[in-house]
Amino acid sequence: MIRVENLHKAFGRQHVLKDFNLEITKGELVVVIGQSGIGKSVFIKHLMTLLRPDNGRILVDGADIGVLRGRALDQYREKLGVVFQGGALFDSLSVFENVAFPLRERTKLPRAEIAERVQEKLDQVGLREMGHKYPAEISGGMRKRVSIARALVAQPEIVLLDEPTTGLDPILCTTIHHLILDLHQKFQFTGVMVSHEIPDIFQIANRVAMLHDGGIVEIGSPEAIQSSTNEVVRQFIRGEIEGPIKPT
Amino acid sequence: MNARSIEQPIGSLGGNTLNWIASLGRFGLFLGQAVAWIFIPPFKGRQLLQRVHFIGVRSLSIIVLTGAFTGMVLALQTFLTLERFGSEALLGPAVALALIREMGPVLSALMVTGRTGSALTAEIGIMRITEQIDAIQVMGLNPMRYLIVPSIVAGFITFPFLTAIFDVVGIFGGYLVGVELLGLSSGTYFGEMQTFVSMDDIWNGFWKSLSFGVIVTWICTYKGFYTGHGTEGVARATTEAVVICAILILVWDYFLGSVLP
Repeated sequence: MIRVENLHKAFGRQHVLKDFNLEITKGELVVVIGQSGIGKSVFIKHLMTLLRPDNGRILVDGADIGVLRGRALDQYREKLGVVFQGGALFDSLSVFENVAFPLRERTKLPRAEIAERVQEKLDQVGLREMGHKYPAEISGGMRKRVSIARALVAQPEIVLLDEPTTGLDPILCTTIHHLILDLHQKFQFTGVMVSHEIPDIFQIANRVAMLHDGGIVEIGSPEAIQSSTNEVVRQFIRGEIEGPIKPT
Repeated sequence: MNARSIEQPIGSLGGNTLNWIASLGRFGLFLGQAVAWIFIPPFKGRQLLQRVHFIGVRSLSIIVLTGAFTGMVLALQTFLTLERFGSEALLGPAVALALIREMGPVLSALMVTGRTGSALTAEIGIMRITEQIDAIQVMGLNPMRYLIVPSIVAGFITFPFLTAIFDVVGIFGGYLVGVELLGLSSGTYFGEMQTFVSMDDIWNGFWKSLSFGVIVTWICTYKGFYTGHGTEGVARATTEAVVICAILILVWDYFLGSVLP
């Protein structure tokens, strides 16, 4: 489904991604872990086509998304559901309107059906009664859930989650992770999530990939990653100060 | 003096010049794209109405207030000058011509820049740094169509109206001072105005306000759309937008003043 081949991205002299390779099969949820500032968001922004590779390519269903333009690019983006780090909800729209936005703008569905679908999604994320509120009037956890509802409302094939639990307390983090797990099991979308929420992500990921020094140093099942002998992986998941990873 | 110490300032000057030219190109390209999207359906009527309200309705009070005092001070100062030549009867046309041709379009554009243009830059800038513009983009939608086009069209629509209101209120402000305070007759004030103010003068002010509407919304949306990082970036973009708008309004006013009849 998604194949990243020798992805390279630099900002000035800083080479963030170097020979980054990753393959994600249809319907699986891969979580990319790694230090803060190591390039996880840069990677996922390539999948969102907000950044373009300096070198290498990203193939989605065989099409190189790095060279898409115009209508072809819009068609690829219509396959996506994106949960941004900060939620990225539209301040001027209510919760209901935020979730309805992709349907209203991209489809010709009748109003009643849009309302039904939006209500269904709000139910699934536990915000049934919150449709009339504005993003500024709800808590951080609720905003994340609205963001998830908005990402899923158009039934996307691929869901990209950029640190969806940043800034939330541990209980809310677990709630959001369980929500993602439930929704993934229910809708079977192909998911890519970047996070450093250890150990929560081991419960929701099909596979975990460790990003370090511009590339994936190890990828495997949550169990394989937890019992990894790779020093970088071990240090990161145990949160140790001593080791090959230096604090950034 | 070694070669490097000569090369460095020259290199830096060249770099800055290139950046400036590139930035001009981006400004132009941005406006070109926005203009192209105006004619491509579907049209965003709801967003346009919101922007007309944002730029037009919300600026009304400041336009009325500044219009009234501009007219009043203009009448007062002009009366004192005309009195020396025994030409007080020309107060009405003097106030009207100054307002309609120059002060109305320029001052109302400057006021709207300070009141709404800065808010426009800040709003779009905040949408940029909070990834709301990215969110529109990754939904396969065009942020230009949703954010920029309605603002520029709204500027095009509202600026002439705001200028007209500024002019009318200013003329009545001048009436208050000239007729009610300084004792000029009402008939003289308005009668002479009809004699001296021609349709060309009104068109002159109209074209100016129309172009200021585009300039202000273009610069302010551009600065917001390409804002820097974080709140500091938004603050800088807002300041730059207001300063560039103010300068361009005055330069463009001079240019149009020399070209238009």
